[in-house]
Formats: sequence, C-alpha cells, structure tokens
Amino acid sequence: MLQIPLWKRFAIWGLVALGLWFAMPNAFYTRVETHNDALVEIDRLGSTPEREAARALWPDWLPGTIINLGLDLRGGAHLLAEVQVEDVYADRMDGYWPDVRDALREIRDEVGTIRRQDSAPGELRVRISRPENIARALEEVRGLARPVVSLTGAGSSDIEVAADGADLIVRLSDAEQQATDDRTMQQSLEIIRRRVDEVGTREPTIQRQGTDRILIQVPGIGSAEELKSLIGTTAKLTFHPVVGRTENADQTPGPRNILLPSMDEEGVFYVLEQTPVVSGEDLTDAQPAFDQNGQASVTFRFNPTGGRKFGQYTAENVGSPFAIVLDEEVISAPVIREAIPGGTGQITGNFSVEESTELAVLLRAGALPAEMTFLEERTIGPELGADSIEAGRIACLVAFAAVLVFMALSYGWFGIIANVALILNVGMIFGLLSAIGATLTLPGIAGIVLTIGMAVDANVLVFERIREELKTAKGPARAIELGYEKAMSAILDANITTFITAVILFAMGSGPVRGFSVTLGLGILTSVFTAIFVTRVMIVMWFERRRPKTIEV
Amino acid sequence: MRLKLVPSNTNWDFFRFAKTTFGASVAAMVLSLAVFVVVGLNYGIDFRGGTTIRTESVQPVDVGAYRAAMQQLDLGDISITEVFDPTFGPDQNVAMVRIQAQEGDEAVSVETVVAVEAALQEVDPSITFPSVESVGPKVSGELIQTAIIAVALAIAAVLFYIWLRFEWQFSVGAVAALVHDVILTIGIFSVLQIQFDLAIIAALLTIVGYSLNDTVVVFDRVRENLIKYKKKPLKEVLNLSINETLSRTVMTSGTTLLALISLLILGGDVIRGFVFAMTWGVIVGTYSSVFVASNILLYLGTKRDWTKPDANQGNQYANIDT
Repeated sequence: MLQIPLWKRFAIWGLVALGLWFAMPNAFYTRVETHNDALVEIDRLGSTPEREAARALWPDWLPGTIINLGLDLRGGAHLLAEVQVEDVYADRMDGYWPDVRDALREIRDEVGTIRRQDSAPGELRVRISRPENIARALEEVRGLARPVVSLTGAGSSDIEVAADGADLIVRLSDAEQQATDDRTMQQSLEIIRRRVDEVGTREPTIQRQGTDRILIQVPGIGSAEELKSLIGTTAKLTFHPVVGRTENADQTPGPRNILLPSMDEEGVFYVLEQTPVVSGEDLTDAQPAFDQNGQASVTFRFNPTGGRKFGQYTAENVGSPFAIVLDEEVISAPVIREAIPGGTGQITGNFSVEESTELAVLLRAGALPAEMTFLEERTIGPELGADSIEAGRIACLVAFAAVLVFMALSYGWFGIIANVALILNVGMIFGLLSAIGATLTLPGIAGIVLTIGMAVDANVLVFERIREELKTAKGPARAIELGYEKAMSAILDANITTFITAVILFAMGSGPVRGFSVTLGLGILTSVFTAIFVTRVMIVMWFERRRPKTIEV
Repeated sequence: MRLKLVPSNTNWDFFRFAKTTFGASVAAMVLSLAVFVVVGLNYGIDFRGGTTIRTESVQPVDVGAYRAAMQQLDLGDISITEVFDPTFGPDQNVAMVRIQAQEGDEAVSVETVVAVEAALQEVDPSITFPSVESVGPKVSGELIQTAIIAVALAIAAVLFYIWLRFEWQFSVGAVAALVHDVILTIGIFSVLQIQFDLAIIAALLTIVGYSLNDTVVVFDRVRENLIKYKKKPLKEVLNLSINETLSRTVMTSGTTLLALISLLILGGDVIRGFVFAMTWGVIVGTYSSVFVASNILLYLGTKRDWTKPDANQGNQYANIDT
C-alpha cells in the first residue's frame, strides 16, 4: 500500500538538498558578498593580499550566488527616463539636405531654383520654382533613398518623399524611424551603462522599457540627483584656436582666453581662445585608426554644420596650431597643414592602440544622442532599507514560530512533520531565489511571510482528509493513502489559480511588485512540492518504522 | 489534546440565513462603492503623480511648522502626516510629506525637491530624508491603466480556469466572490483613507488568488459530493461540503492570519498598507467563499448528472502517486 520506490525517495531528498545547498550562502550574506566583490576586483584590477584575504572568506567551491537585495532594501536610486527619440529625426533630415540639394541641382533646368523651407522638426521641405515638373523632382529625390538596415525593416527604404504643391516633403519612413529609434536607444543605454559602470557600484540595473524608456537602478548611490548628474556628464570634445604655449601654471590667459593643461606633456599649458570653433556635439562618428606613419589615431566625422565650420576654419588658418580639448585637457595641438574639407579629421597623439580605441568610444559615447526627461525618480536611503530588512526578518521569525506552534497543537505528530516540511520549504524558496538570481524586495519579504501562512494549506487539506478517511475506519495506511489521493485535486486547483495570479502580477508589474510575484510564485511551487512529496515521504518513512495500529491526526 | 478551532462533526446550516448574509454582502458592496464614489481613494503618487518625501529627525515632528515652512514655496496641495510605528526607536520621529504634481511639469522637478528639503532643514537642522520618490503624471496615468488591466485579466483568467475545471455556474460563483472581495477592499481603503498605491494592487491580486484558493477547495468538495450523492438536494450537498471543509478553511485562514498579523505589527510602516490589504482580504475572502460563492451556486443551480463526461474529473490527478 504505502510504498514509494527508492529512486523517488532519492529524487525527492535530492531536490530538497539541492535547494538547501543553494540557499546556504544566504546564511553568511556579508561574507559571501565580500568574497564575490573580491573575485570581481581580482578579475578586473588584479590580485592584492587584501583581496585574496577577502576572497578566502568563502570557499570557491561552495555556491556563491546570493539573493540580490532590491533597491528598497539596500538603498539607492531609481530613475525612469524617457528618451526623446524624435530629436534624432531632425538631425537626420538636416544630414539629408545637402544630398537633396545636390541631386536637384543636377536637374536645375527642369525644376528651377531650389530653396529649403521651414518645416516641422523631422521633416525636410524643399520648394522648387517650377512646380509643373514636381514629378521629375520626386523621382530624383526618391533615387536617394537607401534600404533600411534592420531586421524588421528589410525591403523598405529609409525615406518617404511626397509632393505638396511646389514643395517636396522628405521624411523618414516608418521602418527607418523604428530603426533609428532602436539605434538611439541602444546608444543611450550604452552611454548610461558606461557612465554608471565608472563609479563601480554593485549590480546596477540599466534596462530598456518599452519603445523609448530606460530604467536605471543603482544600489548604493546617494540620491537620484547624484545619479542624474552622473549620467549627464559627457565626454566633452572641443576644438580651440591656440593663442600660446607656456609652462607657467599661474599665467593669466588674458580676456576671453583660457589656460588648459596638456594631457601628455607634464607641466605644459596652452592658452586657448575660450570660444571653441567646433564642439563634440557636432560629432557624428569616431573610430580608432592608424595614421600614415602607422601610429594609433582616432578618425572622426562631423555633421554638416560642424563640417562646414571646421572646413572654413582650417582653410583660413593653415600653418597655425589647433588644440583638441577633451574634458578640459589638451589632447594634442597639431599644426594645420592644409584645409580639411568634408568634415572628417584625424586626431593623432601619443596614443597606444588601447588608448585610441578608448578615446573613440568616449567620443562616440560622449554626448547622449537625444535628450532625456525623467518620469520617475526614487531615492531610498540605506538606513531605511536596513530598517525594512530588520523589521521583515523579525516579522518572518514571529510568523514562523506562530505557525509552527499552531500546527503542532492542531495536528500533533503530523503537525510536526508539516513543520519540518515548512522549514525545508522556506529554505528551498531562498535556494530557488538565489539560483535564478532573483531580487528580493520588501513586498517580496511579505510574499515569503504570506507563503509561510499559506504553505501549510496543502498539508492541512491532506491531514483533514486523512482525519475524515479515518472516521470510516479503513485502517491507518489506507486512510493516509486515500487522504493524499483525494486531496490532490483540491490542492492542484487551488494552487494553480493562485499561481495564475502570480504570473499575471509578474507580467504586468514592475520593481517591487514583480519581486512579490516572484516569491509568491516560487512559494507556491515549493509548497506544493513539499506538501505532496516531502511530507508524504516523511510520513511513509515514519509509518514503515513504527507500523502503528491506529494513528491520530 | 488537540487544538480544535472547529468541532469535529459540524452540521451547521449555512443557508439558514442565506437571505441575511447575501443581503449584508450586497449592502456592504453598495456601501463600499458609494464611499468610493463620494469620498474616493487616497491615491499615492504612483497613481496621481507628485512627490513624497520621508523625513526623519531626532526632534519631535511639528506638522504645523513643516507646513508653514513649505507654504511659502507655493506648491499647491501638500499633505504632511506623522508616522508612528512600534518598530521605531525612541529618537526616531518620522513624517511623510506629499506634494502634488506641479502644473505643466511632465517630468519630475528637481528644484521643488531641493527647495522643500532646504525649507524643512531650516525648521529642523537635524532632519534627514531617508527616501524621496517622485512620479510624473504621464507614468502615473499609465500605471493606473496597467493596474486595472492586471486585476481584470486576473479575474478573467480565473473565470476561464474554473469554467474549464468545473461548470460555468461555479465560475460565476467564484468570480462573484472575487468581485465582492475586491470591492470591499476598495471600500475599506476609501473609508480609512489608507494610501492606495501600486503595492496595494499587488495585494488585491493576491486577495483574488487567496479567495479563490478557498472557494476552489469548497467547490472541489461540492463536485465530489455531487457525484457521491446523486439524489440529495443541492442545498444539502452544499451544506455538507462546506461543513466538511470548514475545519480546513478555518485552519488555513488561521495560519495565514497569524503570519500576516505578525507582519502587520512588526513589519514596519513601509509595507503596512500592503499587509493590511492582505489581512483584510483573507478575512473577507474566507467569508465570501462560504457565503457568496456558494450562495450564488445554489441560486444558479448546476447540472446533477456528473457521471458521463466528467466521471474522471474529480480524480484526474489521483493517479499521480508519489
């Protein structure tokens, strides 16, 4: 009758042991955390005795993943930013204007004079003086379209051209807008990630949400304000005319001039005109490259406005030095050998290949591609988080004790078995949470407490059923078996419905609410597992040993 | 000696006062909706935008002085509430300051927060700000929408699942109980003016899950008894089923309430509203699965011939052995 094959017993206890094994590091939270941080530092910055000592706090062969604490428990800052992706459309259309102009100039006899009109942002409006030939102009401009480079937009072209009286209206096609948005978002994410990584905090979350939003959560940072200024600081690149070179740090630069140090040459300063000729905002691209002498360098490209200014300035100042300034330091001050038209250029200096790559990245990443507005800001102080953890921990323990006593009083020996299962259950929830790298939030703790209360439900269902079956006097073994069998459909139906709500919460919720749904869902899984497998094995093992004639539930 | 909350063999008639209990439920729902419409919920910033600042100080909170300090900033509607909690230390004086979303600001205004903090610091130099949260009106609008969709989706999913596993009458009964619980919870939040934020929506969904859990257990027994006693009137079958599962219902509600009450008292003020919603939900959920869901089922009736198509349904999982 009451038989469970050996392999099943092994599988059940094995799963329990596995859960507890993964849960174990959480009992030594700070030690494991120090160990993990040390591992990251050794990997990144190399080994030092202190780091090795920190690493030795926890053996490498033990599981080292611990539950991440959410922002509301650890303290930190949370930002939800909306990227103004449309900003980029306007730049793109400005970039198109010279091409459109040149294309139409070639058929000037047919379309007459061309003039760009004011238009809505993201739209290019061009008026021709001979509207009767607008069809010809349309055809010509449409010829400029390029295929969209993206997976979803494959096959469509990047611009849409329409006629409106004597005006040609060029705008980005939907597919291209989407592709542009994607690029803008990716670039923004990348820049933010790099900025946040610079401060080296643990486990920042930088996620795209929806089409144009970015969620940024950084534990351990003082305030949302601080985080915003961190994201806001960009690598600022400017090009200045050079007034003079000096080794005197205290020299007065003169009116409308500035004194900036050189990056490579120690003790060398440059006096520069304060107003830059061109700035990094006009930069569209930067790539690491090699110059004619095989030296590492960075090539860059300006947008049309920047290119024009740069070309004009270099043409007028051949033979004078020209300073490239990055974040208030002069990278180099080469002499202009010839005019540089076309808006591309090269920065050479004493770079290594790594440095040139890094500089290119910085320049590219320098400015955010589009403006961001912040829709949500939250700052949680670390003390508040610590208080919450402490309160949650005490509440958990009290809830635990209360339920254990209540169960033992109500069901006697069977209650104690259910209690052991409950303890294993909570251990397994922590194990699962660690194993999947979930984040524990304050509502998540509430979820665990709720699970403690509800987890006994499945056992209660079984025990009540066994009680009922005992009344019809079938003998204890049969009663236990029937109890499990008949309670099964109620257990499953009841838990599946709760699980459905947990899944919906997970799908719709965010942040702390999602944390709650994870603990609730996992709690349901483990409590069903412990109720129908673990307690059953325990009861069967006890029954086999004792062979009681009667049982009292 | 065993602790028994419910005597071993109860044979109570749960439908003796069916009209009264049903009437009371309907009245409570109508009252809840009325309070909700007239007074309204005390929405947190998640749902209406704005800023909340939690202040902490070693000096006692002087709401009047705080208000006076902020009045000059001309921020519109400001609410200041002192927070009391048994987990606070003797020198811990906490208050929550809430400022409405500022006119014409899509995003959050930094200046406002800085100005408020400076003004409060003038009143009480030892004041600190353990948390500052701002939500723009754009996001809060979307959050409301998502929340409503989530609750509706949960109820629909449940309706469908129960219909699949039982009969449509069961499904209607269960959902009526859920709606009852959700409305009563919104009602009590309107009456007590507890802040209603995103976490409360999570609590609402949990209530939906819990209440259902309870209802399903009763219904499962009803189905079993319908197969067992083919000739018994539905009312008796329902009564029998509720009596048979009563001990379990009370046990589970008991342990869950034990856990929740300890969290309510000791869990700190940050999640108090959330835990309160769940505690309330467990109480009304237990009530509704007995008095609302079963009442509706009795009223609607159900098919009595469960033998043919559903012969296996009662124990289709029964062949899963350990």
